[in-house]
Amino acid sequence: MESFLSRYRNVLVLVFVLLAQVIGLAVQVRRPGQSAGDKGGVRLIRAWVVGVVGPPEQLLHATGHGIRGVWTNYVDLIHVRQQNRNLQAQMDQMRLEEASLAEDARQDLRLQALLGFQQKYIYKTVAAQVIGTAGTEQSRVLLIDKGSRDGLASDLPVITPDGIVGKTRDVFDHTSQVLEISDPTSGAGVILQQTRIQGVLRGDSWGQPEIVNISPDDRIRAGEPVITSGGDSIYPRGLAVGTVDRVVADPDGTLVNVLVRPSANLARLEEVLIITSTGSQMPAEMQQNLSDAQQRASDILAERLPSRADPNAPAPPAGAASQNNAQPGTTAAASPDTGLPTPPPKPPAPLHTDHFSSSSVPSAEDMVPGQRSANLEPQSGDDQAPEPGRGNTQAEGARTGGAKPAGAATRSAPVNPSQDGASGKASEANPALAAPKKPSTHPPENPQHKPEGGSGPANGRSKQSSTPDEPASSPATAPQSGAPTSAAPQGRT
Amino acid sequence: MALLASSRHEVGSKSYPVLVYLLTPLVALGLQSFLSLHFGFFALIDLPLLVTIYYGITKREPISATLAGAMIGVAQDALTHHPLGIFGISKAVIGYLAASLGVRVDTENNGTRLLVIFGSILSQGAILYLLERHMLGQPFAWLWVHELIKAVINALVGIILFALLDLSRKHE
Repeated sequence: MESFLSRYRNVLVLVFVLLAQVIGLAVQVRRPGQSAGDKGGVRLIRAWVVGVVGPPEQLLHATGHGIRGVWTNYVDLIHVRQQNRNLQAQMDQMRLEEASLAEDARQDLRLQALLGFQQKYIYKTVAAQVIGTAGTEQSRVLLIDKGSRDGLASDLPVITPDGIVGKTRDVFDHTSQVLEISDPTSGAGVILQQTRIQGVLRGDSWGQPEIVNISPDDRIRAGEPVITSGGDSIYPRGLAVGTVDRVVADPDGTLVNVLVRPSANLARLEEVLIITSTGSQMPAEMQQNLSDAQQRASDILAERLPSRADPNAPAPPAGAASQNNAQPGTTAAASPDTGLPTPPPKPPAPLHTDHFSSSSVPSAEDMVPGQRSANLEPQSGDDQAPEPGRGNTQAEGARTGGAKPAGAATRSAPVNPSQDGASGKASEANPALAAPKKPSTHPPENPQHKPEGGSGPANGRSKQSSTPDEPASSPATAPQSGAPTSAAPQGRT
Repeated sequence: MALLASSRHEVGSKSYPVLVYLLTPLVALGLQSFLSLHFGFFALIDLPLLVTIYYGITKREPISATLAGAMIGVAQDALTHHPLGIFGISKAVIGYLAASLGVRVDTENNGTRLLVIFGSILSQGAILYLLERHMLGQPFAWLWVHELIKAVINALVGIILFALLDLSRKHE
């Protein structure tokens, strides 16, 4: 017996080690439906290893972050001003879009309330840095530097501004494991945004997310957005997941799998957000944002109105004035002195007196044919030429009811910021949108047509819109995108 | 035959400072985890396995190599979401095989090391495939080209790593 043991000692040790681990594996295998986290000794071993490996990784990550911070903060500042200009213009455009979406959101809320639909809103998130991975191809797991001490728990959704990343798995004191959506053992309820086909997303063997086992459908096209459906009770509904890459046949049957290109760059993750709290009521901050969206959009449109030029403002430097005149369509730009964003440059002031201000125009009931021109002639001064544009504007206003004349009156009048109520701002938006219609009734190529009076700014605007190199967020293009923005709230509210 | 051990000196086990025994696997695990985050291709390289092979073929003690491989593998499992033991089993087997080979062949030769690493990577892939696919029922993709490329890359990295680890060897 002793000779047997001594002769096969090496093999016996190997068999013993393997047997112990196989038994350990059998103990750890879970039944479907059990929670993802480990318990007991397994969790302890994981905590030890992560506790040993995690801090050096955090140190390395912090060092690299510090070096990059030095570069970003001190060397790369050359691009900041240009980025600031671009972001300011982008922000203006997004505020206009936000205003149109805000009304849809309100309507959505009303309908959800009517239907008793339970929506999940994100209340609180915790930002974390990714400090490591599992290091193998077989396991798509990330290690983040936040743990239970920071309020994290298992099965919390992890996202980036671009899209979802995965969910937390094992949570330790100061670190946590995140199971990516590209892992074969992960799962997320998703829905194709256009075709409304629902499915379960998980990773394939090569780490690409796919929606598995759905019925073949010709409407599924590459590029279609995929969002979370909220059906898995982990990810809130409506978060971006990715876009459809291609459809492949399921090798096991007649169903198909839809390969998805994730929105979040899973190969290059540095910071992530963990959603720690959700609720069925819209957060107060979000409600306030919705309320402010329309107001902010009106402010932007009002800023861009030519009539917003303040006559009492100090005269700008000659260079600035010439710059404004040279680029009337440009949007917000940064001041070269301070670096702060400045309001968009305004077109030159109208040459002729305003005839359409609400204070100077009598009500339609009091007006008689021929009397208007007689009343206005002394104000107009040297302007004696007939002005068909005005007549059209009046008629147009009369056709469209009360809102239009009010808007038309506000369009040319110098706007007092202190009088900018919510309704007033909304009414300002409409004339700005209607202004480009004028050249169609009175083509600018007509040599006898003289822009004057209240149509001056409008013509100036249409002239701006004809410049070929006008940015997308210029006043001429903004009304097109913002048209439903100002129209919808008026109709609904 | 240059690949076979030709003298008693060549099959004698090498000794290293205790700190090297402790730190090398931890550094390998940490680097594997950290570098895979910033360089995606690094997931192809298996530093913990290379360390297991190195100590197997230099120590030439199957029992210690088996235990070392099992511990390194379990530690690697702890960083994944897999049950503990997947890498533990595979690295215990690889450690045992490497130590058994180390007794029979000249492990100072780079050609030998290249072949040992190449074979070990393929063997580990096969063990993982058996365990995950057939024992645990988890999806596991096996593509020969991918596995061969992985084995070649690891063999080349292993040659460099082994040369670096040789520097820490105690001089007798």
